[in-house]
This record gives sequence, C-alpha cells and structure tokens, in this order.
Amino acid sequence: MAKENKLNLVTKGLLKENPVLRLVLGTCPTLAVTTMASNGVGMGLAATFVLICSNIAISSLRKVIPDKVRIPAYITVIAGFVTVVQMLVKAFAPALDSALGVFLPLITVNCIILGRAEAFASKNSVLDSALDGLGMGLGFTLTLTLMGSIRELLGAGTIFGMVLTKNLFPPMSIMTSAPGGFFVFGCLMAAAVKLELANPSKLGDGNGCAGGCLGCPYANGAKPEVEQGGKA
Amino acid sequence: MAKLASILFSMMLVNNYVLVKFMGICPFLGVSKKLDSSVGMSVAVTFVMIMATAVTWPIYTYLLVPAELEYMNTISFILVIAALVQLVEIILKKFIPALHRSLGIYLPLITTNCAILGVTLLNVESGYTFVESLVASLGAGLGFLIAMVLFTGVRTTLEYAKPPKSFEGLPITLVAASLTAMSFMGFGGIIEGIFGKF
Repeated sequence: MAKENKLNLVTKGLLKENPVLRLVLGTCPTLAVTTMASNGVGMGLAATFVLICSNIAISSLRKVIPDKVRIPAYITVIAGFVTVVQMLVKAFAPALDSALGVFLPLITVNCIILGRAEAFASKNSVLDSALDGLGMGLGFTLTLTLMGSIRELLGAGTIFGMVLTKNLFPPMSIMTSAPGGFFVFGCLMAAAVKLELANPSKLGDGNGCAGGCLGCPYANGAKPEVEQGGKA
Repeated sequence: MAKLASILFSMMLVNNYVLVKFMGICPFLGVSKKLDSSVGMSVAVTFVMIMATAVTWPIYTYLLVPAELEYMNTISFILVIAALVQLVEIILKKFIPALHRSLGIYLPLITTNCAILGVTLLNVESGYTFVESLVASLGAGLGFLIAMVLFTGVRTTLEYAKPPKSFEGLPITLVAASLTAMSFMGFGGIIEGIFGKF
C-alpha cells in the first residue's frame, strides 16, 4: 500500500492533477515556449529540475523557516535553483537558451513551483516532496511537449524538426504565433475536461483527493448534478 | 523623443505583454471578469512595474555590472520586487488609504506576476537607458491595461454564449483570448511606419 501511494504521488501529476490542464498553473511558459516541440521538452525539463530541487530543499527546511517569512524564503530558494539551471543551460545548450529567452529566468515566478512548495513540500517528508516534484514536473513536461508538437505540426508541418506534413499542405504559421497558442491551449483543456466527463468514476479513486475538501464538486467522484439528482 | 514614443507604443501595442509575449496570463484570466477589478489590477501592475524598474535598473547597472555578478539578476530582482510590493502596500495603507482599499487586494498577487519580473529583466537585457527603461515599463503597464479592459468586454459578452459542454469556462475563454490576440497582430509594423526604425 505504501509503495502504491508513492507511485500515486508521481502519476497523479500526469493527468488527474496535471498542473497545466487541470490546476491551470504555469500558463505563461506553456503558451510562450511551445512554438516547437523541442522547446517544450527543454522548458519542461528545466522546470522539473527546479521543482524537484526546490521541493527537496524546502521540505528539509520546513521546520526551520519561520511561518511569517515563508514566501520570500521559498522564492529565494527557487530563484537560487533557477540561476543554477540558467547557467547550466547557457553552458551546455546555448540554442535552447536563446529559444527560451526571458522565460528561463521567469521559472522563478512559475506558479507551479511556488504552489507545490506551499501546498505540498512545506507539509510532507523529503522523499514524498521529491516524488511530488517529479510527478508534477513530468506532467508539465508532457503537456508542454504535446502542445509544442501540435503547434509545430500545424504551424510548420514538422515535429522535433522532422518534416511530416510540410509538403502535403501549406503550414498555418499563425499556429506558432500568439493566437495559435491560446487556441491550442483552449482546445487541449477542453479535451482534458472531455476525458474527465467521459470517465466520471475515475475521479474519486486513488489518494489524489482525500475527499476532505467540501467545496470541491468532484470530492465524491461524481458530477454535482448527478449527485443531487440521485438524492432527490 | 521619437525613440521614447516608439518604445512606449511598441510596448503597448506591438509587443503587448499579455497578448503577444504571454506574460501575466494568470491575472489576465483570473481577474478579467469585472471591469473595475481588471482596471484596478492593471493600475497596480503598472505602478509596481515602474517602481520595480526604477529600483532594479540602478541595482543592475551600478552594483551587479561593476561586481561582475550579472548572473545574480534573477535572484536580486525577485527579492527587490517582493520587498517593494510589501513596501508599497505599507506606504499606501498609511498615507493613501483610499487607494489602498481599491488596489490592496491585488498587490500580494503581483509578486508572482511574471510580467513584472519579465519587464525588469528585459529592460536590462535590451540595454535601455534609465529613462528608456521607465518609458518601456509604462508602455508595458498601459499595454496590460488595454488588453485587460478589452478582454473584460469580450468576457462579459461571452457569458451569454452557449459553448459545447467540454468548452465551458476556461477553454472557451482561451479561444476568445486567441481571437483578441489575433487583433493585436494587426499592429505589427505600424510603429516603424510612424516613428521610423531604431
């Protein structure tokens, strides 16, 4: 059981608590860097690294950091790791550095990282926090890669630089610019909602939601209308 | 003078922070439901942007560059912004309580608004002078205001629409944002046409 729980910590970030599509966190980098699939992977991995490291650091310091100044303390820890990533990427992947541009330092203010620090790492053990960071980071990376692939395929006719449909029909370059980003994101989010509407029974199982949050309509694994209808 | 005007308008329209550069999407989606809250948020963002630039530009130019610590800009800027937001909140509460009542609830959210950190980082990266940086921040803030107010209008109309079930809520809002962003693409090239290229 304990092992299952640990596994669940990692997998819940993939779909059920996907940080981008379900929790709607970290939207800015999601929209900005997904013009190409490879940028999505790079951004996702950079953020995952920061997320795991900051979760470990914050979780091990959770008894030391005074409650009143916790947010500035978290931000400093996160900004420190972001600077490390920035220097690593500059040194080993300069092409990625120029593609991500200002969004690399902006990982500092990515709500996913601060959100997980506040909601999870400040209350849980070091190992659990590291796994949570890994899961959330993987969910972020997968979503970014998926979105980057869709936009690259529609906008340039390639995926990861491989020519696919480029010669079959003219690519719609608007997909790689700003409006396409909003549009693809909206459609992906609708697809995630659709998946959830199709399998309502899957919502409540597992330990992703303890059912303690009364305000949450999904607490009992059913849509609120269905639940009310059943009671009436 | 023409260069300042060019920076101001290109930040407002062509390089709009929300709709073209994708910064500050969280408040853009979060508080754009009502006109007064979106105006309040935008004014608070503009104010903090200018203040943050006024503080971070000298820090970068006179402290970090001479000490060859440019790579520390992310850490130092975010700390400055966090401290500044707190300071602004305290000062407003003490001296201009009316303004604090209307802007107060938005101030804590601004610390983690990537548009603020983005503006300060991009200003030092593009090598603007002090005055140019301030004008760029003003333009970015005004651009944020324009995007927020325009999008609030779109969203109020959207309330009456009946999208497919899976598109209800945020997804359809994002599609609407996509159309709003498309209208901003029309500004490309206009600024160079009016003020000349720099």
